[in-house]
Amino acid sequence: MINIFEVNETNKMIDQENLDVRTITMGISLLDCIDANLDRTNENIYEKITRKAQRLVAVGEEISREYGIPIVNKRISVTPIALVGSSCCHNSSDFVTIARTLERAASCVGVNFLGGYSALVSKGMTQAEEMMIRSIPEALASTEHVCSSVNVGSTRTGIDMDAVRLLGEIILETAKATRHQDSLGCAKLVVFCNAPDDNPFMAGAFHGVTESDTVINVGVSGPGVVKTTIEQVRGQDFQTLCETIKKTAFKVTRVGQLVAEEASRRLKVPFGIVDLSLAPTPAIGDSVAEILEEIGLERAGAPGTTAALALLNDSVKKGGVMASASVGGLSGAFIPVSEDQGMIDAVSAGALSLEKLEAMTCVCSVGLDMIAIPGDTPASTISGIIADEAAIGMINAKTTAVRVIPVIGKGVGDSVEFGGLLGHAPIIPVNRFSCEAFVARGGRIPAPIHSFKN
Amino acid sequence: MKKTIITVVGKDKVGIIARVCTYLAENQVNILDISQTIVQGYFNMMMVTDTSASPKDTGTIAEELTVIGEQTGVVIHCQHEDIFQMMHRI
Repeated sequence: MINIFEVNETNKMIDQENLDVRTITMGISLLDCIDANLDRTNENIYEKITRKAQRLVAVGEEISREYGIPIVNKRISVTPIALVGSSCCHNSSDFVTIARTLERAASCVGVNFLGGYSALVSKGMTQAEEMMIRSIPEALASTEHVCSSVNVGSTRTGIDMDAVRLLGEIILETAKATRHQDSLGCAKLVVFCNAPDDNPFMAGAFHGVTESDTVINVGVSGPGVVKTTIEQVRGQDFQTLCETIKKTAFKVTRVGQLVAEEASRRLKVPFGIVDLSLAPTPAIGDSVAEILEEIGLERAGAPGTTAALALLNDSVKKGGVMASASVGGLSGAFIPVSEDQGMIDAVSAGALSLEKLEAMTCVCSVGLDMIAIPGDTPASTISGIIADEAAIGMINAKTTAVRVIPVIGKGVGDSVEFGGLLGHAPIIPVNRFSCEAFVARGGRIPAPIHSFKN
Repeated sequence: MKKTIITVVGKDKVGIIARVCTYLAENQVNILDISQTIVQGYFNMMMVTDTSASPKDTGTIAEELTVIGEQTGVVIHCQHEDIFQMMHRI
């Protein structure tokens, strides 16, 4: 029988340490919505999403009430739209009509975000995929809930540098198209290398073509719980620290598994995966940077940060894997700048630079995330940042991503407010030396060798 | 059987248990076990209940108990037992 202390421990995690289930994401395949006629494709998409996800939000709220655990977001991911629209879209504007259909469907079912306005171009772009990528600025400027992602590289294929070059321009155009909202459109656009097919987190969620028709994926959270628990082992050795993180990750993930099973049962949709990520929010005490500080760093970004993050990430995975029947998605600690108060403070204090953030992405999920950069950053420099990050992912066989926001009209010393879970951030300086000639080469960086790992 | 855990945390005073038990009786919720302790000067009570005979669902009972908690100045949670089983038992 469960005892009062165990009940109190769980409720303390929820009430005081921000334990929550970050998202229930329903993946929906749109492959059966494809038609040569654009209007019919749009109708099919709207019909399928609203039918499949009709009860998603209500069921999420029902589970939340019965178990007393907050479920922050209910979301949808769909098949990459570049595939869905390839036979009926003849220009970028045609693709934008699909984005608007997705927006209507998302509003109808009441989800927070819908991801999958995406293209997978890790080796090359088809004509349709290039048109879809070129439609991203208008699509994101004219919708509120639609999220976009592009996979530009993988360990098996190398990096499509034509896509990388194009995306530098697209990110800048998206920033300009949403300049009246502090370039918020860029917060809904992620560029990946080795993108997972089953990621429930935004903005990078899409429903991969390897997935079944409909699936439920759940993302857990709980940086605050980890931080509070490791306060108990302050000053003790690394083995003790790692064991403590593992046990906490296990408990947090079990809640995610329970919610995933329940959602799957009530919605009659198969359970896919639990994503083990530590996802911070701007709320005090819900920060990954604060965990790093508790591990022993004065600020995130100090020497030792990469090692601390590596042990944190690895321990979370070790604890979480046993707690869930099926683990997937991004699974690791997120280090978004604007969504984590400790990271914001570290950047403001000058402890954390873009280069140190890049180093940190080598050992954790997912990449350079929610980083505000000066609005006058050249497109080629953004492409260079993407190429660097994709190279880390490609060589190390891990997922990496870039979600930077060039804030039009603002520079270093300014700060930007996105609101809600997206938070706020100081603008971070970017290396001013040019990589234009490098980016201008075009073509593809060949796939890496898979032996001689040094 | 739908087992639900009800917890009451707050400053100790007369009638807390009576108020909660009256509500449960009115709504056909059967109490299977009660334990109580004082932690750092605060009254902590945990009840294991069976809600399967109740005309109300667990979510509604949880919401109504929260309101009773607010009226009496204590925090009342009502949660399905599975969340604790999942977290604390392999």
